[in-house]
Amino acid sequence: MPRKTHRYGMVIDVDRCIGCGACMIACAAENNVAPAPAGANERKGITPVRIERVTSGDEARFLPVLCMQCEHETPCVSVCPQQAVEVDRESGIVFQMPQRCLGCRYCMTACPYHARYFNWWDPSWPAGMESTLNPGVAPRMRGVVEKCNFCHARLQAAQDKAAGSGKQEIDAADYVPACVEACPTKAITFGDLADAASDVVRASRDGRAFRLLPKLGTEPKVYYRSELGWVRELAERGGGSPEGGKA
Amino acid sequence: MADAAFVPMTAVAKPLRDRRLITRGLDRCSLPVFSAWLAPWFVMLAVGLYATYLALRFGLNQTNMDNRFAFGLWIFLDLGVIALGAGAFFSGFLLYIMKLRELQAVINTAVILGFVCYSGAIAVLLVDVGQPLRAWFTFWHPNVHSMLTEVTFCISCYLAVLTLEYLPIVLKNRRLKQNASFLVFEWELHRLVPLLAGIGTLLSFFHQGSLGGLYGVLRGRPFAYRAGLGIWPTTFFLFILSAMAVGPSFLLLVLSAVEGITGKKLVAADVKMTLGKISGWLLIPYVLLKSVDTLVWLHSTSRQAGFRPWEYYCWKPFGFWVLLAEIVVCGFVPAILLIRRATRSRPWMLVLSAALACTGVLLNRFVLTIQTLALPTLAFDKFMVYYPNWQEFAVFGAVVAYAVIVYSLSYRYLPLFPQEKELNRVSRS
Repeated sequence: MPRKTHRYGMVIDVDRCIGCGACMIACAAENNVAPAPAGANERKGITPVRIERVTSGDEARFLPVLCMQCEHETPCVSVCPQQAVEVDRESGIVFQMPQRCLGCRYCMTACPYHARYFNWWDPSWPAGMESTLNPGVAPRMRGVVEKCNFCHARLQAAQDKAAGSGKQEIDAADYVPACVEACPTKAITFGDLADAASDVVRASRDGRAFRLLPKLGTEPKVYYRSELGWVRELAERGGGSPEGGKA
Repeated sequence: MADAAFVPMTAVAKPLRDRRLITRGLDRCSLPVFSAWLAPWFVMLAVGLYATYLALRFGLNQTNMDNRFAFGLWIFLDLGVIALGAGAFFSGFLLYIMKLRELQAVINTAVILGFVCYSGAIAVLLVDVGQPLRAWFTFWHPNVHSMLTEVTFCISCYLAVLTLEYLPIVLKNRRLKQNASFLVFEWELHRLVPLLAGIGTLLSFFHQGSLGGLYGVLRGRPFAYRAGLGIWPTTFFLFILSAMAVGPSFLLLVLSAVEGITGKKLVAADVKMTLGKISGWLLIPYVLLKSVDTLVWLHSTSRQAGFRPWEYYCWKPFGFWVLLAEIVVCGFVPAILLIRRATRSRPWMLVLSAALACTGVLLNRFVLTIQTLALPTLAFDKFMVYYPNWQEFAVFGAVVAYAVIVYSLSYRYLPLFPQEKELNRVSRS
């Protein structure tokens, strides 16, 4: 019997996010992101989740930005010349295959959310730190692109566990990405957008939920939520602001 | 071995003297002068090769590109030289398919320019990718929806075509012609040239268009994104037309530069005027269509994506002047100058118009490659600034040096210009 198809996605409650960066750290640790070498700057580092600070007058909010897992006309998938990016039919997750990546960076140019990162250096860890690496995730070599894949290794582990117990489907509690798990304010709700009864569907249908650059028509599966109208307006509008991050 | 040492050298082969390699009846400078001309270009090439080594050995961290400016100077170079090198396919098309015999006088130069432009572009692309050894993956796992796949296939095949077109020119060398089998081979290749010109035209249409499509399909970059016909954005067609328009102009510029440097007449004035005329009459539809495309984009495509188009031009230094410079100063102005006989018959005006046309198309490629990445997409983005570092400039310089060296050697040792003897006999008398 074929497995059920899912549409994994998340809703980030901007009003709850305190910009602590725990999600970034957890992501780097889970996915074996190497420490930035001495020559790196903020534009050459690898941060599959990054925190953007936005302000309006005296108010400030933080927007964690990661791969939006676009569902429609996924910009990075159609441009890759050698099919190193694809949308997994079972999970809806947009995958990057570093083993097949040529490092042409066309996908990075195509992504409007700047959620793709190039490995400008070979990954290396300080002596002794290799023992802390996650054995379930292969480090990426120099010269290839990477991005958030909703901690796919955790999905595989959950599927293995389900298969070991003779189940067709995973237990939702077994698949939680590292950033969701690490958030101290529980600002991120993760789940299957195809499951009408899930928390993530409820949160995404909340009237205060919104997505980044919705008019591009890429249908991101990452939603945000805020009570503040200016945050929603800022996220949905494109084109930057001369002072960057200010509404 | 001991016996061979006693055989006089003259009995084995005549020493390869420089003069014996030069076509009879052609006047070329002395070898020391020629070597002095080449020396700085070889230095430039060596510096570029060192920068290439650094990029291949230590990675692209050796450049100033980054996650936000993932494409930089090298991609601009690729798009630029491939547009300028379009003279090769278009001249071949006009000569062999449309039977415009006048272009026989420039076809060799057009082929060599095409060859150096395309081989240089492919060499830079191999340095520009993070994993050059995986370049073959595109042929093995091609994504048929990607414009880059089409570009990769077409420019690889077209370089092979250009090599086959260049080979008969090389085999016309005075020394090589002495080998009968080379002569036969050259003759057989020559018979294939019209077929190669046809294949080259087909391939060029696709890759020139795909290079435009490369940016036109970027839905996530509303500054570059264009609606289009079927799967092809308008930039696909505009790139084909602009390359066809500017190819003859670049050919004209190179011919004028070579004549200036060598102090010889190589091509009759009416041939140069024909090149200018072709450029002018192709620039007219190009700039008209480009203007319509820009208006549609400003008033419709960009707005539908939620972007206010005038905001693209509020980021300095990329004001509205870029658009005006590209469409009016380097588009309409050279087009009008080139279609008018009175202006194009003045040599300096012809060269100036051709230079403006080439600048316009290079500016168009610059806008799509660099301005697209500099402009913010998210509301909380900043305007991005990128300056290439010395390694990037050095590799760029190496391609220029390579082109000059190959062309200089071809000019010296190959009969490139069928009119050269006659024109210089006339001018001497």
